[in-house]
Amino acid sequence: MMADSKNTPRPNDLMGLTPDEYDRVVDILGRPPNLTELGIFSVMWSEHCSYKSSKKWLKTLPTEGPQVICGPGENAGVVDIGDGQAAIFKIESHNHPSFIEPYQGAATGVGGILRDVFTMGARPVTNLNALRFGDPQHPKTKHLLAGVVAGIGGYGNCIGVPTVGGEVNFDPSYNGNILVNAMTVGIAPADRIFYSAAAGTGLPVVYVGAKTGRDGIHGATMASAEFDDDSEEKRPTVQVGDPFKEKLLLEACLELMATDAIVAIQDMGAAGLTSSSVEMASKGNVGIALDMDAVPRRETGMTAYELMLSESQERMLMVLRPGAEDRAMAIFRKWELDCAVVGETDSSGRLRLRENGEYVADIPVPPLVANAPEYDRPWTPTPAAPVLDAADVPAADDLCDVLKRLIGGPHLASRRWVWEQYDSQVMADTVHGPGGDAAVTRVHGTEKALATTTDCTPRYVAADPVEGGKVAEAWRNLTAVGARPLAVTNNLDFGNPERPEIMGQLGGALQGMGEACRALGFPVVSGNVSLYNETNGRGILPTPVIGGVGLLDDARRHMTLALKDEGEVILLIGKADGWLGCSLYARFMGVADHFAPPPVDLDAERAAGDLIRALIAEGEITACHDLSDGGLLCALAEMAMAGNIGASLDNPPADLPLHAWFYGEDQGRYLVTTNQPENVLRRAGSVPVAVIGRTGGTALTLPNGDHISVAALAAVHEEWLPGLMAAP
Amino acid sequence: MNTAVIVFPGSNCDRDVAVALQAATGRPPVMVWHRETELPPTDLIVLPGGFSYGDYLRCGAMAATSPIIPAVKARAAAGTPTLGICNGFQVLTEIGLLPGALLRNRDLRFICREVNIRVERNDTAFTANYAQGQVLRIPVAHHDGNYFADDDTIARMEDNGQVAFRYCGPNGELTDRDNVNGSRSNIAGLYNEGRNVLGLMPHPERAADLLQGVTDGAPMFASLAASLAA
Repeated sequence: MMADSKNTPRPNDLMGLTPDEYDRVVDILGRPPNLTELGIFSVMWSEHCSYKSSKKWLKTLPTEGPQVICGPGENAGVVDIGDGQAAIFKIESHNHPSFIEPYQGAATGVGGILRDVFTMGARPVTNLNALRFGDPQHPKTKHLLAGVVAGIGGYGNCIGVPTVGGEVNFDPSYNGNILVNAMTVGIAPADRIFYSAAAGTGLPVVYVGAKTGRDGIHGATMASAEFDDDSEEKRPTVQVGDPFKEKLLLEACLELMATDAIVAIQDMGAAGLTSSSVEMASKGNVGIALDMDAVPRRETGMTAYELMLSESQERMLMVLRPGAEDRAMAIFRKWELDCAVVGETDSSGRLRLRENGEYVADIPVPPLVANAPEYDRPWTPTPAAPVLDAADVPAADDLCDVLKRLIGGPHLASRRWVWEQYDSQVMADTVHGPGGDAAVTRVHGTEKALATTTDCTPRYVAADPVEGGKVAEAWRNLTAVGARPLAVTNNLDFGNPERPEIMGQLGGALQGMGEACRALGFPVVSGNVSLYNETNGRGILPTPVIGGVGLLDDARRHMTLALKDEGEVILLIGKADGWLGCSLYARFMGVADHFAPPPVDLDAERAAGDLIRALIAEGEITACHDLSDGGLLCALAEMAMAGNIGASLDNPPADLPLHAWFYGEDQGRYLVTTNQPENVLRRAGSVPVAVIGRTGGTALTLPNGDHISVAALAAVHEEWLPGLMAAP
Repeated sequence: MNTAVIVFPGSNCDRDVAVALQAATGRPPVMVWHRETELPPTDLIVLPGGFSYGDYLRCGAMAATSPIIPAVKARAAAGTPTLGICNGFQVLTEIGLLPGALLRNRDLRFICREVNIRVERNDTAFTANYAQGQVLRIPVAHHDGNYFADDDTIARMEDNGQVAFRYCGPNGELTDRDNVNGSRSNIAGLYNEGRNVLGLMPHPERAADLLQGVTDGAPMFASLAASLAA
């Protein structure tokens, strides 16, 4: 039976494995794999499950801190939020399926990330997302946007977890590869967190949830390949979601978790029964024997191969304490869920599958996991981007007109059409939902609140992956609502890693991310990598999405960006250099995006953020908004629209041209309003603070007298997206 | 005061309304699983929001066949105040305690938004703490809230004063623009003839404490607590 890979003929279809990887499988087994075994290796060693191209770089990220209870490697990251409670969160992509079938692709993305969080014992309390679509005028964009939004809402609304925030952006690079990244945050008692290690032998392995069907077979493999013109033929590999079933599964799992019945639990996500069983066996250093005939199934005639590779949704695998089966089954029956004992743990260290009394697969678990290929792919650093001199960007004749076009254009226009389709308030703890810098959610039954956000500025990353990869904006967004940033989850969406320039983007972005996370005390506790976001050889903009979570000790002290009253002083916190490279203004004036993006000074960033948090905590300011896309004037316009109050602006510092002052995108900055400016100035220390104007009236008035009414701004701001979606 | 909240598979505002009830009455409600066939002694029955049975078949249609429903109908018929919020309103129409039906929203999309509703009368157990004609800010979150009944039914309910709340503008004006989901006669909430059963699409339990941003739902629970305390 022993075989040598060198003289074993390879089958024609390696299921996505390379010839070298196939040979490695033969070496591990000592014989050629059968179909089922090859399928198992194929999904376990797919990019999606094994991180084989990114692992080397991911290891460089900081993952520890006093607040971290569990970093990367489990279903989700866990951080301490005090009072014996933990926040558990993760972001995950469902890009490829969402392009093929937007409603189900996005819906099951939400379902999958919810399971990752409640698998660990947490009740999910908020959902967020980060979405990227192609050119708004591309013939597929509206269809994809409408379907994805409906899918996210359809799942989250039904299961009853509020979708409180996210981002939606457009760029032609996503025409053939949209991005759908979904994030869930849950809360659990810190001493009752559930992990995936199935320690102990002779323990029952229990399957619960939906029956297994033929949907999603080899989904993880699909997600690890590029698209071509025939991608829509891959529709059968997209799963179908049932949020009602998941609601039952959620309640049943939390009810069972309140007992001591569970030893280990793992949701069946990518690679379904395969990855869940292998994960539990591997972490627990045990073997698992599964009886294929016992797996609940939707149709007859399913093979072991199909059962192991199906990505049917809303399923969980758990290892129970001996004798706990009856109690578990009673709970599952109450919630009308299918359940079955499908196997048991043993001391063999092997994954063994039985069908009709015969073994149909027999794989040693340690090498299946540990010998997964890991590639040090060749990479070339992104060439240094030239610095754009603000004087080389034309001054627009009418800065108010520019403002109107930016605030009413694809990049900055209101996303209300999107977020009104999401229930942002169910669970009744939403303090501030969509439309702010970060969402604020009360921790149920306490005075605390979690702040959550997702952020990425891909054009910065494309021009300079290191600077663009720094996660300051997410940190700033949490700070702007008064929260102490705790930790991040990241979703690294990139093109084909087999191209050195793409690996250069990935490596650069992770270098920047690592530097920033270290400097800001903002460790990475979970994440996901999505590569091969390419169609016909064209990659997306590099999009390392950051999901940030922060904590407010007193929810009542949260800050919002809306102007509150007339006659208040507007202050700019942070230094203004009028940086126009990669700015929306420069793009608007026809300057390409390949100039250097604004650099992030991490020391200054930290000082400004610490000042803002102190000012909020001490009640010194009445509104706060971080500056990002579109710079000072766009930020002020957003504050004015939210509060329906105007403002008059002073002359800029002498050395800056007006357009650079108003539209520069220097990092580490905030606008705040106050009626006690002297207190803020006294408190500022080394952080630059400048009075830039006053609130009042019904218009934004520039120092040269140009003005535009807040109502007119709000009208164009709200019109764009509904107009796009209603157009034939 | 004793209250009971019926929990169906897929209910997801059951905890939210329980919090609001406890805040108003000082006592936690009894949570009654849909498979029960009897209700505990209670002064108020609440059918909460959510997606009972995933909204499959038709919103509220499958919950209407739950074992607990005959007991709910019997108590409501005997005069026990019964409140259905969102999916609970849909269930009330499915089980015949309220007339009409809730169709898909006019623009066919789910809508989560804070809206204005006008209090049509304040002489009921649900609305005693409001002023007649008062405009409330309360959130809606639904896909199927477009109230429909035939002309005769609408006319009869108007004559009987069964309309509880109407979608309106900031000053109580009834406009088509403010009719968030296209309901007939801007109907946001309805009473039965005895005015002991109320169904409404907006979520008062999401407007019950300061941190939620609006508090116009709190007086509904306070009204119930005051008028039912005995």
